[in-house]
Amino acid sequence: MKGRERMGYSFIRFKSIIRKELLQIRRDPPSLAIAIVMPILMIFLFGYAVNTDVNHLPMGVWDQDKSSQSRELVQQFVNTEYYDYLYQIEGYEELQQSIDEGKVKVALVIPANYSTLLDTGKEAKLQLLIDGADPNTARTALANAQLLIQNKSTSIQLQKLEKQGLGPVEMPITLQSRVLYNPNMESLVFNIPALIGLIMQNVTAILTAFTLVREKERGTMEQLVVTPVRPLELIVGKLVPYIGIGMFSFCLVLLTGISWFGVPVKGSIILLVVLSLLFLITTLAIGILISTVSKTQLQAMQMSFAFILPSVLLSGFIFPRESMPMVVQWLGGAIPLTYFLEILRGIFLKGVSLHSLWDETLILSSFTVLICLVAILKFRKRID
Amino acid sequence: MMNTQIAITCSHLTKKFGSLCAVDDISITIPKGCIYGFLGPNGSGKSTTIRMLCGLMTPTKGEGTVLGYNVIQDAEIIKHHIGYMSQKFSLYEELTVEENLDFYAGIYGITGKKAKDRKAELIKLAGLTGRERQLARSLSGGWKQRLALSCALVHEPEILILDEPTAGVDPLSRRVFWDVIHSLSKKGISILVSTHYMDEAETCDKIGFIFFGKLLVEGTPQELKERFDLPNLEEIFIHLVEHEQEPGRRVDEI
Ligand SMILES: Nc1ncnc2c1ncn2[C@@H]1O[C@H](COP(=O)(O)OP(=O)(O)OP(=O)(O)O)[C@@H](O)[C@H]1O
Ligand SMILES: [Mg+2]
Repeated sequence: MKGRERMGYSFIRFKSIIRKELLQIRRDPPSLAIAIVMPILMIFLFGYAVNTDVNHLPMGVWDQDKSSQSRELVQQFVNTEYYDYLYQIEGYEELQQSIDEGKVKVALVIPANYSTLLDTGKEAKLQLLIDGADPNTARTALANAQLLIQNKSTSIQLQKLEKQGLGPVEMPITLQSRVLYNPNMESLVFNIPALIGLIMQNVTAILTAFTLVREKERGTMEQLVVTPVRPLELIVGKLVPYIGIGMFSFCLVLLTGISWFGVPVKGSIILLVVLSLLFLITTLAIGILISTVSKTQLQAMQMSFAFILPSVLLSGFIFPRESMPMVVQWLGGAIPLTYFLEILRGIFLKGVSLHSLWDETLILSSFTVLICLVAILKFRKRID
Repeated sequence: MMNTQIAITCSHLTKKFGSLCAVDDISITIPKGCIYGFLGPNGSGKSTTIRMLCGLMTPTKGEGTVLGYNVIQDAEIIKHHIGYMSQKFSLYEELTVEENLDFYAGIYGITGKKAKDRKAELIKLAGLTGRERQLARSLSGGWKQRLALSCALVHEPEILILDEPTAGVDPLSRRVFWDVIHSLSKKGISILVSTHYMDEAETCDKIGFIFFGKLLVEGTPQELKERFDLPNLEEIFIHLVEHEQEPGRRVDEI
């Protein structure tokens, strides 16, 4: 029967939808601006904002000794680059006030007899006050100060022993440590790849979240659903044009990350691009699914946010997933971004090959197929 | 047995939106090649009935067939055979006249020379010559409707379903529009059209008055005028609406 024959998938219809969608995108500059300006803006904004490195903390010093030795000590603090000597403080009251006002995060108190005590070989007691409001910062500030003072004590001790004629003294134990992958432990190197993932997720999901719902609101859907068009052709045909736009926008963000923020890609760029393409398709599909189930653009917007916010927290973008409770880890496992972050950090920082990313690749592929399927099944050729 | 002479038929078709009964137990039959006019005041359920027949909405109760295909189970087959124009302009405003036609040609699987010929034919038929490159957004009301008609005709449907195609359209465009409708009807195409214009209704083969979701009367314009002994459809329309608004009165008593 002729009617039945024409019920199947049609490449002609699929092509028509792609062509129409491209025309619409071309005539709608705001949507293009979202795809191009927003990612660049976000990577600059967040690239600087999420810099979690603890260095150049404002430091105040109450130097009661005012000797060359106390000045040397302060200089040693400054040399670590973790502390910036900004304020000279006199008295506890002023010290308390500077910390309260947030002018300084760290305050060093050197006692009046510091050099005398050192010269006579007695114990000099320094005091370090730290603003503990941000525990991460406080911990780093404290650890670095302890390290510095320990090193200083040890070298003074060694000098003393050598002077007493024990000859060159050797340390009983030394620790030779080497940090792999991000040797300077710069948070930027760790954060930028993840940031690229997050930005791409948000931009692409929002790009497609409106495509179907806009047609519902404008009424063009009513005309479209009285045609023989199949949900598969419509959903995939609407997704395809955005892959190109998403890829273009991804390349822009990637270039910014590499050249502006100086984050190197250890592994294969080609692998990075291919797997990013896979992730883009996943998030575009999420957008389409949102568009399929929502009735208005406002609803689509709300749903997009309901999807974006948890993904920031649960994917391991901010907090390492390993330290999350089991249930939260499972929830994170349901978010595609989680796997893409593994891929990004793996390729950027560790230079791993596809071999170690098979799991992530397969999971993302399954997500894509599953989400598209749900969208196709959820799509109703009805308007009631 | 499937009656091959019937284009559209429905029985006890009902649609409820919550407690509101938008279409209440409507049964109609439209023979092939017939122009059937749907009349009724605003909110009487014309669009809802049309949407159920196109497979756009699922009836709450009752059933219907289009060309012998069931509107619920075979909606997708029906869609190959009908051309539909919704009450609200629903083509792509940011696409040109030509691009809209190309898109719908593609959607109906028409390509190449056939698509090109069909497009030229429709542009001529609707008098859109010279406006091929104009964005649909910039067309005025009458021209938009002509474009919508062209898009609905692109796949040469056997049935044309038009929901208030001439609302807010200037007299000339209306004339052009109805000339097209009559010429299509002569070619054997069945047409279901809703309208508020009585002069248009007058030229239909059969008309149905629908009010508060109920089909009040049905017949040829001549039959109705004789039955109510009124000079024109406008008088009949007003007569029906006034009588129906009096509580407790039924159509059968008239
Ligand atoms: N999707 C819907 N949800 C709820 N109520 C609806 C819906 N569509 C229509 N209605 C209601 O059903 C009734 C019939 O509407 P319908 O659009 O079918 O009337 P109509 O005869 O086409 O009117 P008009 O001449 O104004 O186009 C109206 O009261 C309308 O408010
Ligand atoms: Mg209506």
